[in-house]
Amino acid sequence: MKNWHKLVAAGVFAASGATAAAETVEATLPNGLKVVVRRDARAPVAVSQLWYRVGSVDEVNGRTGLSHLLEHMMFKGTRKVPAGEFSRRIAAAGGQDNAFTSRDATVYFQQLAADKLPLAIELEADRMVNLVVDDEAFRREIEVVREERRWRTDDQPTGRLHEALYASALVANPARHPVIGWMDDIRNMKADDLRAWYRDWYAPNNATLVVVGDVDPQAVIALARRQFGALKPRPLPERREQREPEQQGMRRVTVKAPSELSYLTLAWPVPRLESLTDVDPYALSVLSELLDGHDAARLPRRLVREKKIALSASSGYDPLGRGAALFTLTAVPAAGVGLDALEAALKAEVARIAKDGVGAAELARVRRQLEASRVFERDSMFGQAMQIGALESLGFSWRAEDEMNRRLQAVDAAAVQRAARLLVDDKLTVVTLLAQGMKGRPAASAKLEEVSR
Amino acid sequence: MKPTPRWTALVFALLALPALAAPQIQDWRAASGARVLFVAAHENPIVDVQLSFDAGNRRDPADKPGVAELTLGLLDAGTATLGEEAVREKLTDLAASVSGSVDADSATLTLRVLARPEVREPAVALLAELVARPAFPDAVLRRERERSVDSLRQRETDPGFLAGRELSRLMYPAHPYGLGARLSADSLRRIGRADLLAFWRTYYRPESAVVAIVGDLTRAEAERLAERLLAGLPTGRPAPAALPGVSMQAAGRLRVIAHPASQAHVVMGLPMITRHDPDYYALMAGNYVLGGGGFDARLMRELRDRRGLTYGASSSLAPLEGAGPFELAFSTRKDKVGEALAVARATVADFVANGPSEAELAQAKANIVGGFPLRFDSNRKLLGYLGVIGRYELPLTFLGDYPARIAALTVADVRDAWRRRLDPARLDTVVVGPTSLDAPGEPGGMTR
Repeated sequence: MKNWHKLVAAGVFAASGATAAAETVEATLPNGLKVVVRRDARAPVAVSQLWYRVGSVDEVNGRTGLSHLLEHMMFKGTRKVPAGEFSRRIAAAGGQDNAFTSRDATVYFQQLAADKLPLAIELEADRMVNLVVDDEAFRREIEVVREERRWRTDDQPTGRLHEALYASALVANPARHPVIGWMDDIRNMKADDLRAWYRDWYAPNNATLVVVGDVDPQAVIALARRQFGALKPRPLPERREQREPEQQGMRRVTVKAPSELSYLTLAWPVPRLESLTDVDPYALSVLSELLDGHDAARLPRRLVREKKIALSASSGYDPLGRGAALFTLTAVPAAGVGLDALEAALKAEVARIAKDGVGAAELARVRRQLEASRVFERDSMFGQAMQIGALESLGFSWRAEDEMNRRLQAVDAAAVQRAARLLVDDKLTVVTLLAQGMKGRPAASAKLEEVSR
Repeated sequence: MKPTPRWTALVFALLALPALAAPQIQDWRAASGARVLFVAAHENPIVDVQLSFDAGNRRDPADKPGVAELTLGLLDAGTATLGEEAVREKLTDLAASVSGSVDADSATLTLRVLARPEVREPAVALLAELVARPAFPDAVLRRERERSVDSLRQRETDPGFLAGRELSRLMYPAHPYGLGARLSADSLRRIGRADLLAFWRTYYRPESAVVAIVGDLTRAEAERLAERLLAGLPTGRPAPAALPGVSMQAAGRLRVIAHPASQAHVVMGLPMITRHDPDYYALMAGNYVLGGGGFDARLMRELRDRRGLTYGASSSLAPLEGAGPFELAFSTRKDKVGEALAVARATVADFVANGPSEAELAQAKANIVGGFPLRFDSNRKLLGYLGVIGRYELPLTFLGDYPARIAALTVADVRDAWRRRLDPARLDTVVVGPTSLDAPGEPGGMTR
């Protein structure tokens, strides 16, 4: 998830004056499994997502990439279901299945005809407790994941930039590790590391099942009880929070890569949303929208179209996550434009808001966009399930979407100005990707927030 | 598992759902001759509109590839009465979004807006103005041309891009479907405002337009929307020349392009399938077995599951008006590229010689047929299908026919079609990474 409005846009219909109120039902089984079901009967299909609260922020140095590697191995068979059978059975039922790992969670999903949902639930319940990590299959999968890392990060200039950004803007908080893991950690991983990780974190009391589709919610909850109800809860490992120590001065990092274009990213550690009543995260979200949230937003308008000093310019902020949050500005210089000049121009846009604030019309434009995207996001069942799952697995209820929207809509010009004033030089990390042409390695564009199977 | 009585009741409850049915598509011709396709969807207060023209990059002038993309890209850069920033502000104030894309056959614009008439009607009027009265301002053209040049320079460092482009050049050496692969900084810089205007005049014809509409509208509202959208476009311009046939090369070629990346990227392909192909369904079902079916497919099994050679290997079919490509692609570390290529070739050869097994075809059918409703379970996905049905004059029953035609296939149908249509000896192959296939060099390699 990159943008706040995408996260909170969907699903809560009551407040937006929409026609049909969605029926969303939740239950928590005695073993701790949370189940949230939303009926959306527009097509005879359903999406099922099982969210485990374990991701790269739970890993320690030397064992990075564990969660993602385990996600790969979850398709390699259980005591009841042989290797490859999970996906084969889902495919035979007309379904699609996959999984992804983020900093905060590991998520397994199926999309299929609604009447085939029991198959998906049965298979997920089985692999929550019955996984077999075979040594030989594990050895092959290590090679697959190393290829994935080469393809996703090592051979991609923007992949390397992103990795360097988090590794240098954060020094202690585990959000600094790449989700896929460092290459040596992947190579050195042992099957026993995965078995232990599985025993530690894969339990009903560390999971949320989300179903959206043309289903009877009560019937789905009954189904979940039947399939997951007998599984035993387990004590979870202690999660020790590692707060990022306060930064005491600007950092500069350079990455060289075989790229034709250079990239510049400015990043500031900023508050994440820990409680619904926090103030800054909402204001920072609106600030990001003003800078780069819509067709007429400031950064592309001023830097790309008016001054013509950038080929692209964007902002990024995700308030939702267990790890440290960064507010980022990223731009690619136009031909002949120096990185210093571009950096100054990006900072000037922030400074302008810090000094002059923003106009009412501009703020109203952002609010209208946020409101409309809530409606648009209802078109995707998968997107709705993602939002429910993300909120639930971060400890917020799916019901929090309403309040988050109210607070987002209530952000005023003064709050945005205060948010811009958080972005000071002493807290800044500047990462520059210096283009080396084709002498080094090649390029493309990709942002690495989540890696899938 | 053996269902208990309680289990049976539960399954029954879940099964008691509306019968699976293809969406009800209405179609008509607008006054200008454009084909309109409409599905009413009242559940969410949203309207999605897609407007496409026979103005894809196959229509690029042979010496100026890139005109089709720049023409589409500059439609929102200002009109006779609105400047570039004014267009963007209006769109934002209406909370509407317009996006565009160009493929070989079509130039396509899509609009998403709330269904309320206060925003829907001005958004449709604005899109109509963008299409009918583009200004193509010189200053914006210069800026966007340079951005395109820089974007191309960057893509030219990407091994996957280089492989795909070289394959396209090999497959379509003289056919307009190869024009997109002939884009260069020079060709882009030759494009002037007059080229965009001429392209727009020639190819943005309402007679060739397809309007697809999905959303919270009545039929009468949809009819008015379609008329409004096309109202400003002049009619009566001559139809452009028909597409020449695609000729296949007598023998496949191999190109090896050195690249410093840690992985080698491999693509193989040949021109194969049209939208009205008599073998359409047999090719589609077969491709699922060979490389389209993800973890069900042979390429993934052989290259990833059995040998750990790649993160992903797949094959795809891109049906077009003329013969669109069959392509196979994967990446692997450089020192394994010889082995991986041999496995891929053997996999294709065996599939073509022997076809799918009964079990494989049954699995392909089960997935394609059983999963068909997933293909249009949102307005946005459905909109894409309406656009295809309209562009290629497919029957309105296409979405219902498709699974039925797949279900009727036999192993012999699939095997015979692939034997007739894919001669492995004619597959072109491009390998980007090693300096040669015999002695894979690794200049700048970093991973071992």
